[in-house]
Amino acid sequence: MNNEILMASILEQTNNTAVCSVDQYDMLNVNIQANQLIDLVESLKNKQGFIYLTDICAAHYPERVGSEFEVIYHLHNLVENQRVRLKVGLSESEINVPTLTGLFAGANWMERETFDFYGVNFVGHPDLRRILNMDDMDYHPLRKQYALEDETRTDKNDTFFGR
Amino acid sequence: MSELTIKSTGQMISTETIDGDIATLNLGPTHPATHGIFQNILKVDGERILSAEPTIGYIHRAFEKLAERRPYNQITPITDRLNYCSSPINNIGWHMTVEKLAGIEVPKRVDYMRVIVMELARIADHLVCNSVIGVDTGALTGFTYMFQEREKIYELYEEICGARLTTNLGRIGGFERDFNDIFHAKLNAFLKEFPANFDEFDRLLTRNRIFMDRVIGAGPITAERAVEYSFSGPNLRAAGLDYDVRVMNPYSSYQDFDFSIPVGKDGDTYDRFVVRQEEIRQSLSIIRQALDKMPAGDFHANVPEFYLPPKEEVYRSMESLIYHFKIVMGETTIPAGEVYHSVEGANGELGYYLVSDGGRTPYRLHFRRPCFIYYQAYPEMIVDSVLSDAILTMSSMNVIAGELDA
Repeated sequence: MNNEILMASILEQTNNTAVCSVDQYDMLNVNIQANQLIDLVESLKNKQGFIYLTDICAAHYPERVGSEFEVIYHLHNLVENQRVRLKVGLSESEINVPTLTGLFAGANWMERETFDFYGVNFVGHPDLRRILNMDDMDYHPLRKQYALEDETRTDKNDTFFGR
Repeated sequence: MSELTIKSTGQMISTETIDGDIATLNLGPTHPATHGIFQNILKVDGERILSAEPTIGYIHRAFEKLAERRPYNQITPITDRLNYCSSPINNIGWHMTVEKLAGIEVPKRVDYMRVIVMELARIADHLVCNSVIGVDTGALTGFTYMFQEREKIYELYEEICGARLTTNLGRIGGFERDFNDIFHAKLNAFLKEFPANFDEFDRLLTRNRIFMDRVIGAGPITAERAVEYSFSGPNLRAAGLDYDVRVMNPYSSYQDFDFSIPVGKDGDTYDRFVVRQEEIRQSLSIIRQALDKMPAGDFHANVPEFYLPPKEEVYRSMESLIYHFKIVMGETTIPAGEVYHSVEGANGELGYYLVSDGGRTPYRLHFRRPCFIYYQAYPEMIVDSVLSDAILTMSSMNVIAGELDA
């Protein structure tokens, strides 16, 4: 099954609302809405053979107003050896996405990690707690507004090299 | 067998109790029997484990955040500290990710050199894991012998890059220097002596009745559950599924080599042990093939924007000085893009999801760390077994704290 066939079936499944593109590395990128995720992943898993959830992570794009956050899913069809990347855009005020733990047991910790670092709320997750950071941390450290170093430092002048 | 139920929190619990006298046991974070910092809060009834709840993150170092402020070449030392039992695989995987993003083609010789180093790293990693399984069953002897062999592999790293554990090996575009004569001499000696020593280790354990009785059936997982949990590497193959990135998505010219992928059947500690033993033999064969077929050519790609010029040229030519300056200050431009690249790490599919906005540092870098993903199955694998099997299961899963906590 090549990317074109898969793309056609994803478009059919989502009534042409998904935005698909094949990148230069031959990976099919699919942008969908949060409410389409479960149906699409379920059909990919049960009908198209994408039984392997490679990875879940998120990214923060503060300048994209309305979809500041993006949750990225990598799925792998082990029989046909095809990968697909699903992306769900989320706004900062409504940062909810349905959990995949019902479909993949392994999504549990991947989603906890994503929650920990970006504060993405995985609706329906059985145990959405922080996983790598300490429990009483009150922010989500991989968001772009948290600079790695204290910006009030005066002992380090890096103006020339943007550091 | 008792019934297993999944509580709403996702924890596994066993409904069977022997005498109703349940104790809570804190296994870890620093327990002599767990190799690394792992905490598990166990509910035990005598020796039988009723539930387990792992707590991780004790050595979390925020690598993904750090990477967002570091130029691409400065991220290599971070990758050392993921799976520190096989750092070269992490380093080379990272270099290949950047090369994929920047569109750099490396010479065939680099591919073969990388294959040799990565397979040495795989051997070292599997040796540690398998000999530690021996230690946890009470057989310390094999461990001492195999650590001598691991030491020889570390000496080989030293010849290539000067470091032993956190290797920071290679560069974007190839290697810092070619394999030298001492390396070749040491590698040939290793290839000559290691198989006999390894066979001795194999004879000590693999068909040893006591060892087999101890590990067969300890911490099993079915292939279906292993895929559900996104297992990869030897743990997935021990369960019976032959997924190996080297074969499925060959990188670094793995398609040129003839090797087989061992698979197990039951996914228990014994199968994981035997799969790793066989993978060591296959890795040796790959190294021999790579040495035999080693193409002539350069040991790095011709990419002056990424590959440091020789120091003498920096002093003589303006162009080299500029490139040197740009690389050292991390001012190399890299195309914007988004790339996922994965390599077969020693314990599974090690993936790099890299988003670049064209700036000097990655916009987003996510490590797909195999043991972070499969360690969540640990409670399921040990519930209803005994405490000593839980220790064995953990060491046979090859959970590396550095990679787990990133």
